[in-house]
Amino acid sequence: MAQQLRPSKPADKQSKIDWSRRQEAENFAETVKLFRQGKINDDMFRRYRLQHGAYGTRMTDDYAMVRIKVPAGQIYPYQLEKIAQLSEMYSIGSAHFSTRENIQLHWVILEDVSEIMQSLADVGMTSREACGNSVRNVMCSPMSGVCKDEIFDATPYALAIARFLLRNPICQALPRKFKFNFTCCEKHGMIRIVDVGLLPQIQEINGEKRKGFKIFLGGGLGNRSFVGHQLEDFTPVEDLLYTSMAVIRIFDRMGDRKNMSRNRMRYLVNDLGWEKFQNLVLKERSVVKATQSVIVKLNLDDSVNEIQRPISITDESASVPDGYARWEKTNVEKQSQSGFNSVFIGLEAGDITANQLRSVAEIIRDYSAEGFARNGFSQNIVIRYVHDDDLKSMYSKLLETGLAKTGSLTMASAVGCSGTTSCNLALTNSHRLAKEVQRKFLELNFDEDDDLKDSTIKISGCPNSCGQHQIATIGFYGGGGRHGTNMFPNYTMSLGGKFDEDTMLGHHTTRVPVKRIIPVILKIIELFKENKQSDDTLAKWVDRVVNGNESSKITGVEDIKKALAPLIVPPNIEDEPDFYMDYGSDTNYHTVTGKGECAA
Amino acid sequence: MIDSDVPIINSKLLREKIQENSIRIIDVRREQEYQQGHITNAVNLPLAKLLADDSSESIQKIAQDLGISDETPTVIYDDTFGALSSRVVWALQYIGHVDVKLLDVTFSQWTDLGYEISTEVPKIEPAIHSVKINSEIMATAEYLEKVKENKNVVIIDNRERLNYLEQHIPGAINIPYRTLATEGKIIRTKEGMKTLLKNRGISEDAEIITYCGSVGTLSGLAYYALKSIGVQNVKLYVHSFKEWKSLEKPIVKQENANYWDLSAE
Repeated sequence: MAQQLRPSKPADKQSKIDWSRRQEAENFAETVKLFRQGKINDDMFRRYRLQHGAYGTRMTDDYAMVRIKVPAGQIYPYQLEKIAQLSEMYSIGSAHFSTRENIQLHWVILEDVSEIMQSLADVGMTSREACGNSVRNVMCSPMSGVCKDEIFDATPYALAIARFLLRNPICQALPRKFKFNFTCCEKHGMIRIVDVGLLPQIQEINGEKRKGFKIFLGGGLGNRSFVGHQLEDFTPVEDLLYTSMAVIRIFDRMGDRKNMSRNRMRYLVNDLGWEKFQNLVLKERSVVKATQSVIVKLNLDDSVNEIQRPISITDESASVPDGYARWEKTNVEKQSQSGFNSVFIGLEAGDITANQLRSVAEIIRDYSAEGFARNGFSQNIVIRYVHDDDLKSMYSKLLETGLAKTGSLTMASAVGCSGTTSCNLALTNSHRLAKEVQRKFLELNFDEDDDLKDSTIKISGCPNSCGQHQIATIGFYGGGGRHGTNMFPNYTMSLGGKFDEDTMLGHHTTRVPVKRIIPVILKIIELFKENKQSDDTLAKWVDRVVNGNESSKITGVEDIKKALAPLIVPPNIEDEPDFYMDYGSDTNYHTVTGKGECAA
Repeated sequence: MIDSDVPIINSKLLREKIQENSIRIIDVRREQEYQQGHITNAVNLPLAKLLADDSSESIQKIAQDLGISDETPTVIYDDTFGALSSRVVWALQYIGHVDVKLLDVTFSQWTDLGYEISTEVPKIEPAIHSVKINSEIMATAEYLEKVKENKNVVIIDNRERLNYLEQHIPGAINIPYRTLATEGKIIRTKEGMKTLLKNRGISEDAEIITYCGSVGTLSGLAYYALKSIGVQNVKLYVHSFKEWKSLEKPIVKQENANYWDLSAE
């Protein structure tokens, strides 16, 4: 009966930007056909496929992964519903939220990709330039617009940059992929680990307050990682486009087109030296400005988004659902707008079923006063503008569909790349490992432990860095180990990574066999608890340890290694056969990889 | 009832003809669901009853008990995206019933359209039905094994992607049953269905054999999706993968990948 009392909901908000181009779907179908007939060679086809957002799949040419771009992470309920449907029709019935605000459909038959593109066009979405040597999804902090520490909302600028660069001829054959991240504040953004990172600033010039950015260039994670450099003190918004074009032009002209394994822009910056690169960019920017035949401007839409709380009937008599306090503590952030909250929905390693996607869409309609959601940086979804009075009711709804996992804003929400579940390069099942770690943390109620709150666990399945392990408090990347003639999955652990204003890459500490990773993490936490100061957090303590600034029993990385050593000794295979198998596998481990496509 | 080779009836047309008492409408949901409301004049045949014994004699008896004679126009629907009703349409065709059609919407879609439902249970006069086995539309394991290498034969697995990756009949391609529907209808538009086959490089002149997990429901839907665009030579491997496995026939698997761990189920 209650259903009938509910007033009809306001109409769905529609995305203001249509990112799609329907013709591309038909072209894709035709090109696949020509490829299958042998009329297009492998290399050409691979380039074309990646340019259109279809990535290769582990050990097979029959399947692709379709990476759907979500610029600035801004996603609407009807788009989520469409993706739910597509996941059931063409994929595995689940979709995957990536660390770069994309949504991925895995194990799609290559011949079906064009149908997905058609359907995406129906809801204004695209996978164009989501892979390959192009400007990848332009990210923006999920807290932009609601963050307490932000100076202004960068979202309109992120969208405008994405719009300008998508399908832009200057971005169609870059030496390598290229990444932009916008943020709200230092804490939420990851601006120093991408090619171009942008932090909003306001500067007073001649008594006038002007908007602009701090721009960081040449950062990036990978086999060799670098932290980005700040271009100049302040870049006014009028120069945002010119600066972006200048950087892309320099990279396009000078980037290494031969050595694909070390040709991200960060290597160019490193090879030239920062000062030289910085000068080149500033000079190029003057050239870009001076040589325009028509004035090129960003198409900036900074109209105010209407905030309208969906009318709901609060059931006063309803009791507080079980687990609510824990969930609110570990998943909800207060916004700068009083009375409103941003709710983080944690997914295990970013995976979500079709039915859960439909529930998320419904929950956005019912609870978000802005009418859309934002994809997060940690394989999660953020529903913002949820009113204080609606949190309990929203929690109940999330519980019904298994979306109320606690610990989204804590160390418990481990990040894991796709690993051997689908990736050609992967050496280990990092994806499942992240799920196992998360389950263990929640079982032990670690999400409620304030000492662990600001720490992170991130896992990659190979030395490349899709799992962003270098910026984790405790990071791992996969490889193979050997004991006698037997192999086992063996991860390299790094400690003390950070992605805030003191961005630092983690210190390689030791190698940890996969089935010892959970005990090793627990041991590190135990050492921390024994040696911590009263107001310490794990992240702070690890930071002191790796920098040799800790004065307790553990003074440096060597002491940690010593403490962990007994845990990581390989047992005989007869005594513990499970040690030699990866998660999700019932046979002995051996390394199998295919050809990577990052460099294609 | 309608002059068409395609054994599918449009919901709008059925609605117009519903008052013709000569049509036998069969609701294959569970009895309890049927009792709460069904398409006007529909009688109930829970699918489980048919699956309990799907010998031709048993199907014949079911038809007769439902008052279906050789000439009775029959329409079947379900509320399980058309898979259960497809299986019943196929069973009737198998014993030689000619005028039987699959309703192009589910019961839920029918009610979404605002079309009439009723709780009244029609009286049934038993009828006489003959058996003329239509062996053309059925594939056995033995048959499948014999023809699967033929160039002109396409085997389609209609289970979900993960099940297919885990194990399937060698040479089979995968079209998950969810791929077959469209907004508000159990089967794609003709154009959509043709595009799907064209993209996949499946000729409409091929001999196509569909199968699914165990009883031929999901693959039954695929059978009629193919029939909807006039593919002539379609066969249902009605006992499907369950039987194939129990007979210890060869199976292939997508190796060296942990795809199950990508599922959030």
